[in-house]
Amino acid sequence: MARRSKVVANFDEAVAGIADGSTIAFGGFALPGSPFNLTAALLRQGAKRLVCVGNTTGGPRKPRNPDIGMLVENGQVAKVICSFTAAPRASDVLPFTPYYERGEVDAETVPQGTLAERLRAAGAGIPAFYTPTAVGTELAEGRETRVINGREYLLEYALPCDVALLRCYQADEAGNLRFRRAQRNFGPIMAMASKLVIVEVEEPILPAGAIDPDDVHVPGIIVQRLVHIPPAPDAIWPTLKETR
Amino acid sequence: MPWSRTQIAERLAREFEDGWIVNLGVGMPTLITDVPLGDRAVFFHAENGVIGFGPVAPEGQEDIHLVDASRRYVTLPPGAAMVDHADSFALIRSGRIDVTVLGSYECAANGDFANWKTKGSKGGVIGGAMDLAANAKNVFLMMEHRTRDGSPRLLATCSLPVTARGVVKLVATDLGLFAPAGDAFIVRDLASGVSIDDVRAATAAPVKE
Repeated sequence: MARRSKVVANFDEAVAGIADGSTIAFGGFALPGSPFNLTAALLRQGAKRLVCVGNTTGGPRKPRNPDIGMLVENGQVAKVICSFTAAPRASDVLPFTPYYERGEVDAETVPQGTLAERLRAAGAGIPAFYTPTAVGTELAEGRETRVINGREYLLEYALPCDVALLRCYQADEAGNLRFRRAQRNFGPIMAMASKLVIVEVEEPILPAGAIDPDDVHVPGIIVQRLVHIPPAPDAIWPTLKETR
Repeated sequence: MPWSRTQIAERLAREFEDGWIVNLGVGMPTLITDVPLGDRAVFFHAENGVIGFGPVAPEGQEDIHLVDASRRYVTLPPGAAMVDHADSFALIRSGRIDVTVLGSYECAANGDFANWKTKGSKGGVIGGAMDLAANAKNVFLMMEHRTRDGSPRLLATCSLPVTARGVVKLVATDLGLFAPAGDAFIVRDLASGVSIDDVRAATAAPVKE
């Protein structure tokens, strides 16, 4: 039986059809796993009123790679849901910050583990959960808490997404994904939380079965689109210098 | 002489016990990976799923796919493991982390601390700090005793929004090592040449021996 290939020709084709108002999960923690090429394509594609979910809106570092902050500057974002919505150094300003301060974009600042678990819950069919994180803080004000076995917990809701944009090391034609080292981070849980999973892949796409099933980090049945990243300068390949 | 940042790291690392799983926050706490621990072995856990990482990679041997939570290119000694973000924070939330060492803007005598939001900031810099603070078995802080303009950072109660309440076991500063004890900071150690009166003058809460 013929199966439609998941491999698409380029980044623009990979992000085609992403609708206005979509909730989009952006993989990555620092450079590893960040879908810079798909984000660049989304800037060209132009979908508006997006809700962008990721660890950070993007730092003040230079040179800048495409990130949520650039989508904000491009007028494409209604809201961000991130664990960093300000610059780690008080002397720095995120590109996102002036838009947030002027009220042109909304933000939800979420503890990183709560963000991860809200994504995991969405992908696992769990609508909400209680966590001890952020109890007693400003984030918990006016929200539902519950004492279980003598400890206070905060109710957090699952965070289902329409689209996940990810970057991984290897993939096969069946859509099975394998990350390398710290590249894995949010990848598997964002994939599980999303209806449409789009992945930029560093190595040439392998024939189905070339990744040992025991080594698959995301099963291909939940992955829809793969695009192989061509060599620089036709695509973004970050270098070591960029985080120094 | 007040302690240097390296000396603060060395003093705090003396509190680590053999076999501890240690998580280090961004900034000053990362200095702890360079502190020799003698015959004690600890395991470093990073929020981004790097379990048991080793020293920073020498120039030319960095791996583009391998950073710790502070974006440093680290190494993987034998025995290291990789997990995803949900599992990494499951390790934190379920109480597997023996100690987290975090930087902070403020620490209060009641064990509260504030390290995610500065005055007037609309956004926040939470990262993994709230999960670590609420769930690690021990929360240690590493910080300058005063702000650049000389205001105390060790207070009776925090003025900034807190990261977690009543969790700080130890706070190490350039002046010494202190334990929040409810209504006062108890002196555990002083930098050489620093007196308890020097600490009192620099602290906006009672300081006891």
